[in-house]
Amino acid sequence: MFRNQYDNDVTVWSPQGRIHQIEYAMEAVKQGSASLGLKSKTHAILVALKRAPSELSAYQKKILLIDDHVGVAIAGLTADARLLSNFMRSECLNSRYAYDQPLPVSRLVAAVGNKSQVLTQRYGRRPFGVGLLVAGYDAQGPHIYQTCPSANYYDCKAMAIGARSQSARTYVEKHLDKFHDSSLDELVAHGLRALRDTLPSDVNLTTKNCSLGVVGEDQNFMIYDDEQVEKYLKLIEGEERSTRATKEGPAEGEEPMQQDGEGGAPDAPPTDAQQPEGMDQ
Amino acid sequence: MESLLPTELWRNGPQPGSLYNFPGGKIAGHNEPVKRTMYPIVTGTSVLGLKFKDGVVLAADKLGSYGSMAKFRDLTRLLKVNDQTVVGAGGDYADYQFLTEIIEQRVIEEECLNDGFGYTPSSLFSWLTRVMYNRRSNINPLWNTYVVAGWQKGEGFLGYVDKIGTAYQAPTIATGYGAYIAQPLLREALEKNPNMTAEQAAEQLDRCLKVLYYRDARSLNKYDLAIITKDGVEIRSSIVSKTNWEIAHMIKGYE
Repeated sequence: MFRNQYDNDVTVWSPQGRIHQIEYAMEAVKQGSASLGLKSKTHAILVALKRAPSELSAYQKKILLIDDHVGVAIAGLTADARLLSNFMRSECLNSRYAYDQPLPVSRLVAAVGNKSQVLTQRYGRRPFGVGLLVAGYDAQGPHIYQTCPSANYYDCKAMAIGARSQSARTYVEKHLDKFHDSSLDELVAHGLRALRDTLPSDVNLTTKNCSLGVVGEDQNFMIYDDEQVEKYLKLIEGEERSTRATKEGPAEGEEPMQQDGEGGAPDAPPTDAQQPEGMDQ
Repeated sequence: MESLLPTELWRNGPQPGSLYNFPGGKIAGHNEPVKRTMYPIVTGTSVLGLKFKDGVVLAADKLGSYGSMAKFRDLTRLLKVNDQTVVGAGGDYADYQFLTEIIEQRVIEEECLNDGFGYTPSSLFSWLTRVMYNRRSNINPLWNTYVVAGWQKGEGFLGYVDKIGTAYQAPTIATGYGAYIAQPLLREALEKNPNMTAEQAAEQLDRCLKVLYYRDARSLNKYDLAIITKDGVEIRSSIVSKTNWEIAHMIKGYE
């Protein structure tokens, strides 16, 4: 039933110094469709790939408005994301009510981190199964933050999370030095190219599966969906796709987690032998 | 007969039909009525504020009156919150001290976050307004009028909040008796010279405080002055106004 005897509860350490429940929650983020955030010196943007759970349903919202100056893109459990975004909205409103000013993005993200941390330390609870990319603009300029179920959060120049997001990270790493002085259109074009790299070669970005969020100096957070993203998709239309993306193997998180691998030796080492996430070593 | 009418239900217990008095505790319903401040005790009088071209000046005298007695003559009623914000207070001095400690603690806690954000004049003003209105809504006001002065986003900030949560911003502010005496003088001065320098603005406040000293029996001719500009806060302490009572003997009828 269990992969090993040390993953029953979030309060249990494995002898290797890992907390498996948290690592499983981190895996949940990789199962969500890809989201990407990047910033120039004037703007922060989010782009995300929307999925429709069935032919009959609409595409799931991936970018949520938090306040005039903040928005988030999500990957992982949508229900958890809705709870978190509700919390973030009320934090932002409280700041405006009490202090008559928008909540600094760093403080908002720290509040999310503190809220998430509690779930990683109390028995009988589970971590959030969602990762967020927070794009915001405050007195210190544009910001992209990544939050994790492990309660870590990172201040990023650019970041991608979700299924096959490694391809997008590869793209933004390669073009990182261009973002700072980019115009908004250039930035969006970079974002869309990076997002397109996460797609299998027979799928392309469309107005249906692509969502865009923009915030900047004197520009409130705004979400563009459907026909509103068309003019941005035109920016990269006809461009040749990076070859790397098509060569990539099966998506890293697409296959379901092995939860009932039978006969697993007690505390079998996890399949990917990387350092436990967030360990400061 | 005695066994039929017991004096108490058990040893040291209550009389039949009455409630047991737990030792060391009071039973609900036996409390005294809730008490509230009905009037201030030691009070400060007017606070004056004036915006000028590249900053704000704020002044308050150093007197703590005990009723009509000029009891404490060296109190400070200006609180420097940070390098861009000063708060001046009139009304109950104890309430001002209480709020001072809260503000100072909050400034320390915010500094500990070390994220580059701190109170701005407008954020402190907004918070103060919330506190004052909330206290009055609980019928337990802080008996003060506050003036928040500061420098923010390249311009001066001057705001007023009183004990019932009334709040406004204006280029000139005078509280208490000063609202009647000094406010028209400040408005007139600003109208005549909309581009005052810091020294001219300080001069105007000195003049108004002097007039107040002549007419307000709860005032003193020793005051603190804060000048807030883009370069920070300068506080001039214990300035003494020169006064002239030569014509005082001509006023009759108030002996």
